[in-house]
Amino acid sequence: MVLKRNFLKILVILGIISWLAALASGYLYKFSLLHNSGVEFYLFLSKAFLVAFIFIIYLFYLKNIGTKESFNIIDLLWKVFVTGLIATVFSLLSNFILGLLQGNEHGRNPYFLDTLYLINVGLIVTFLVSAFTVWKRLILYQKSKWLLRTWNVFEYGLLGSALLYFSQVKTLNDLGLPILSVLVLLGMVLSVNLKWVAYLNFRQKWKSILLILLIGLYIGYFYTNLNSFGSNDGFSLIVNALDIITFFTLFIFTLTYCIFSVLVLLFNLPTSSVFEQKLVEVINFQKLSQSRNTGQDEEQIYELLLESSVSVVLANAAWLDIMDQSEQFKKTLYYKINRDEKEAVLKSIKNNKIKALHSSVPSRNQIQNRYLAEIKHEVYKSIFVIPLYIQEKQIAVLSLLKDVNEGFSREMVEIIRTFINQASISIENYRLMEEAIINERYKEELKIAKRVQDSLIPKVLHTNDDVEISGFSKAAAEVGGDYFDTYKMNAHQLALIIGDVSGKGTSAAFHMSQMKGIFQSLVQLNLNARDFMIKANNALSNCLDRTSFITTSYFIIDSKKKKFEFSRAGHCPTLYYSDKEKKVVFLEDQGLGLGILRDNQFNEFVEVNEMEYNSGDILMLYTDGITEAKNKNNEEYGYERIKQFLESHAYYSAEYIKEGILKSLYDFCESSNLEDDITALIVKVK
Amino acid sequence: MVEIKSALEKDIYTIYVIGEVDASSSIYLDESISEATNKHKKIMVNCEKLEYISSAGLGVFMSYINDMEEKDIKLVIYGLSDKVKHVFQILGLDQLLKITSNETEAKLIVNGV
Repeated sequence: MVLKRNFLKILVILGIISWLAALASGYLYKFSLLHNSGVEFYLFLSKAFLVAFIFIIYLFYLKNIGTKESFNIIDLLWKVFVTGLIATVFSLLSNFILGLLQGNEHGRNPYFLDTLYLINVGLIVTFLVSAFTVWKRLILYQKSKWLLRTWNVFEYGLLGSALLYFSQVKTLNDLGLPILSVLVLLGMVLSVNLKWVAYLNFRQKWKSILLILLIGLYIGYFYTNLNSFGSNDGFSLIVNALDIITFFTLFIFTLTYCIFSVLVLLFNLPTSSVFEQKLVEVINFQKLSQSRNTGQDEEQIYELLLESSVSVVLANAAWLDIMDQSEQFKKTLYYKINRDEKEAVLKSIKNNKIKALHSSVPSRNQIQNRYLAEIKHEVYKSIFVIPLYIQEKQIAVLSLLKDVNEGFSREMVEIIRTFINQASISIENYRLMEEAIINERYKEELKIAKRVQDSLIPKVLHTNDDVEISGFSKAAAEVGGDYFDTYKMNAHQLALIIGDVSGKGTSAAFHMSQMKGIFQSLVQLNLNARDFMIKANNALSNCLDRTSFITTSYFIIDSKKKKFEFSRAGHCPTLYYSDKEKKVVFLEDQGLGLGILRDNQFNEFVEVNEMEYNSGDILMLYTDGITEAKNKNNEEYGYERIKQFLESHAYYSAEYIKEGILKSLYDFCESSNLEDDITALIVKVK
Repeated sequence: MVEIKSALEKDIYTIYVIGEVDASSSIYLDESISEATNKHKKIMVNCEKLEYISSAGLGVFMSYINDMEEKDIKLVIYGLSDKVKHVFQILGLDQLLKITSNETEAKLIVNGV
């Protein structure tokens, strides 16, 4: 920036210097001429400085206003106008002085006339070049390759022709005229580029016309002014700036563009309202489509739709009926109309003048669908009704009113349709977004639930001197209904439970946590297996919902008696490996799931067994998630596989068997994403 | 998915359970049994084409045990495949519900013979 400002300052200084130098060398030439020895070198110098002056001014404007990225057309025109005004004022002042001194000796002093002439030339060059650079920006408002090329030819030709000033080629002699014609023609061709006019609104167009007319007036004034110098009696100019083709072409080009612009502006005045209207449409459309990004809620989108629709079709009144999720009327937004008037308008719709519009949405109710109609009302004469749909569900109905018959053209209907579509999309997006947010919250809640449930499954299992215990539980969803636990009742008794709640997911998870509570409470009471089952069933009867039950297997391992005491309540039969017999059997005693019979009848179904154990024996408790796990061919893992697995892995530790059964199951299913919760608890007698 | 059909022959109302009853489809089973127990005293459940029943499905049968006793409704399940029958047995429901192998036996039971 600083560099550019300094550069501009230097250009101004250089400009003044070259102008003064042109003047000075002009004096010298005239002086030498008056003394009968015309020194051509001075003339050359004067010409050279004048041409240099034009170049410097050109550079100055090129840097000053020629390169800005964005610009305001009116501002640019205003700048040219002001430059012209200042130049004209100075020029008039100099002419006034000339007029004052016309009568006396000074007035005919050739030096004096030349000075005035050069002052005028300086002012005009500045003004014309400023206009030229602005015209350039306007012509190149919308660039194309071809346009840029043509312009470059014109510009370089224009600048290059300045050098011809040093030769015999003058603007209006035989040699200069062809060049001039070519340049003027090119200028004319380029002057057709007036696209910027379309982007001005009505007011701006009027302003532009005024400014350009005045600019044109200045150009005309300057031209006649310069010419009048040439026709002064008994006076010959040292340098005639009009002989410079560049200078002359600048006059013609700037004036041509002025004339073209004014004409085009004038002819565009009547259509500018259409263009402005289109712009409003585009802006409104943008607003509607951006509404989902700006965090607007549904109500704001509806308001925006109403506003936009009214403004693009210039409706006199409007309302928007909004439905709720079940397509029932919820509320109405009004624009310049109230509820009573709305009712009156609806009543006055001429039934025979309803023109239904083709609709891609299945029509359910004629009156709720899209239609145009005439109305018999003292103010409003026509109505346009159009509904908004999201996935075939009506969410709102827009009604627009006009005070003329057939007030809605086909274009208006189309525009409103696109608005309605966009609004529907925005609202749908908004709703999807809302849903996504809610889902996200649910997910978070589920994560918490999962953490809580994970903490309900013991990480460290109780054990005694006789056995080693290992277990795992994996929920298919975030939370599940499987459960296992251990408790050291006293020095020699260890309680063990595995449970499976009917159903899946969250509801099962709630019941699973109840089961944990019941186990942890009852186990403190040192109950035998039978009493434990009865009390657990009683407790659960008051906790479980109608169709839920829990299956469990309950074991008490007594290291003093070297016995298992166990009871099964509808749970998968426990696998028992006898090291003595090297065989696995299912402990299939009778039993009924907890919560199935919710009274004393249950007691009859409780069966308790006892079994002595020996070193190397294994108990494997599991849930049906394991036996019912399916592979791709819809085969179940099944009882036989789990039995064989235990038989072939009985040699290993409880921990190893636990890892092994998981691996075997995953290998069988070829996946670790199982449909049901899986749990296993392995007890190995040391 | 499950498909549930029903037929009324004289005073015996038969429910046909076809396909798989899992946690989500158990509602349909619940609906049909609820309707049957509200209107009829003799109900047979044909499970010849029942391929799989989850614990939630079993829960549906379970929930009507008390109801049926109170209202003196006779409900017989028949035609269970071995696999499905095993599921009933493990849970102990075979001790509470009347389960037979075929329609003829089922008819005898609902008629109280």
